Amino acid sequence: MANKLILEVVTPSRQVVSDEVDLATAPGTDGVFGVMANHAPLLATLQIGEMHYEKDGEVVRLAVSGGFCEVSNNRMTVLAEAAEKSEEIDIDRALKAKERAERRLQEAETRREEIDLARAKAAMTRALVRLKIAQQKQS
Amino acid sequence: MASLKDIQLKIVGVKKTEQITKAMNMVAAAKLRGAQSRMEEFRPYAEKFGSVMGELAGGTNSASFPLMEIRENIKKVALVVVTSDRGLCGAFNANIINASEKFFASQRERGRETAAICIGRKGNSYFEKSSTEVIYKMVDCMANIQMFNAKQVGQKLIQLFLDGTIDEAHVIYGRFINVAVQKPAIKRLLPISQEGLEEGAEAEKEGPTAAYIYEPEPEAILNQLMPMFINVQIMHAMLETGASEQAARMTAMDNATRACKDMIENLTLAYNKARQGAITTELMDIVGGAEALKG
Repeated sequence: MANKLILEVVTPSRQVVSDEVDLATAPGTDGVFGVMANHAPLLATLQIGEMHYEKDGEVVRLAVSGGFCEVSNNRMTVLAEAAEKSEEIDIDRALKAKERAERRLQEAETRREEIDLARAKAAMTRALVRLKIAQQKQS
Repeated sequence: MASLKDIQLKIVGVKKTEQITKAMNMVAAAKLRGAQSRMEEFRPYAEKFGSVMGELAGGTNSASFPLMEIRENIKKVALVVVTSDRGLCGAFNANIINASEKFFASQRERGRETAAICIGRKGNSYFEKSSTEVIYKMVDCMANIQMFNAKQVGQKLIQLFLDGTIDEAHVIYGRFINVAVQKPAIKRLLPISQEGLEEGAEAEKEGPTAAYIYEPEPEAILNQLMPMFINVQIMHAMLETGASEQAARMTAMDNATRACKDMIENLTLAYNKARQGAITTELMDIVGGAEALKG
C-alpha cells in the first residue's frame, strides 16, 4: 500500500473519515492544497471550505470548518471543528443558516460591530459551502 | 407507638420512593454509558490537538504570544467551575464547590481578587449567592454538551484575559477516574504553559518526526490554534463532569435504594410487632370477659 494515503478526519464529536485514499485536498488558510501518498510532513491551518478525497476513482466531498491538518508518515489527519460528507449535509438547515446569516450581516453592518460582522461572515461562508457541496451531489 | 395504619402508610410511601430511586439509578446508568462514550470519542481529537500544539510550541519562543504571557503582577484570577445542572447526585457538586472555595481562599491569601465563571446550574446558583463575583455563566448545557458551548466560554475567557480583566484562569471539574471515584481536579487554562504543551507532545510520538512544512509560519498557526486549544480543554472538562455526574448519581441512587430497603424492613418488623400486640390485647380482653361471666 505504498501509494495510498491514510486519511483521518476527526471532529470533537466523532470520527468522520478513516480510510485509505489516493488523493486528498484541503482548504488551507493560504490556499487549497492537495496531498498524495508519501507527502513530506506538513502542518497547515484550514479555513472554512470544501475538501475532497479520491479513492479508487470515486470522489467524496466534505464541508469542513476551522481546524488544521497534519501530514506525517503517510498519514493525513484533519482536525476540524465540524465536518460533514456531502450526503450528510442537512440542506434545510444550511438554507436557514444562510438566511439567518444574511439578516445578521445586515444588522451588524448597520451597527458597525466588528465582532458580530466577522461572526456573521463566518456563518455565511459555512452555510454557502455546505449548500454548494450538497447541491453538487444532487446534480 | 404509631398505629398500624400509620406504619402501613409509611411503608407504602417508602416503597414508592424506592421505586423512584431505582428508576433514577437505571436512567443514570444508561446516561453514563452515553456520556462515557462521548468522552472517549472526544479523546482522539484532544490528544492529537495536544501533541500538535506541543510540537509547535517546542520550537517557538513563548514570550511572543499574548496567550502564553505569564504576568508578574497577578491581580485577578478566574476559575471556571464546571458542575452539573441537576442535583440528586450525592456530594458530587458540593465537592467541586468546596474545592473551588478552597482555591479561592488560597488565592485571596496571596492578595489576589477572584471571580467565578460558572458552567452548570448547580455551581451558578451557589456562587450567585456567595460573595464571589460571577463574571459569566452558562446553565442548562450539561444535558447535551456541545462544542459551541465550550467555545463561548473560551472566547469570553480569552477576551477577559487579553483586555487585562483577569491575569490567570483555571478550570475545576469533576474528574472521572472510574465509575466509583470522581474527584474535583484543577487545571490552569491561561496563560497556556509551555511545559504543559510539551508534555502532550511526549505522550504521543510514533516514529521519527522530520522537519515539518508549515503553512503559514508556526507562529501564525499557533496563534490560530491557541484559542481552539482553550476550547478543547473546556470541552474536555465539561465532558468529564458530565460522565462523573451520571456516575455519582448512580452511586447515590443505589445507596438511596438500599436505605429504602432497610427502612422497609424495619417498618415491616414494627408493623408485625404492633399487629401482634393488638391481637394479644384483644385476646386478653376476650379471655378476661369470659372469666368474668363465669365468675
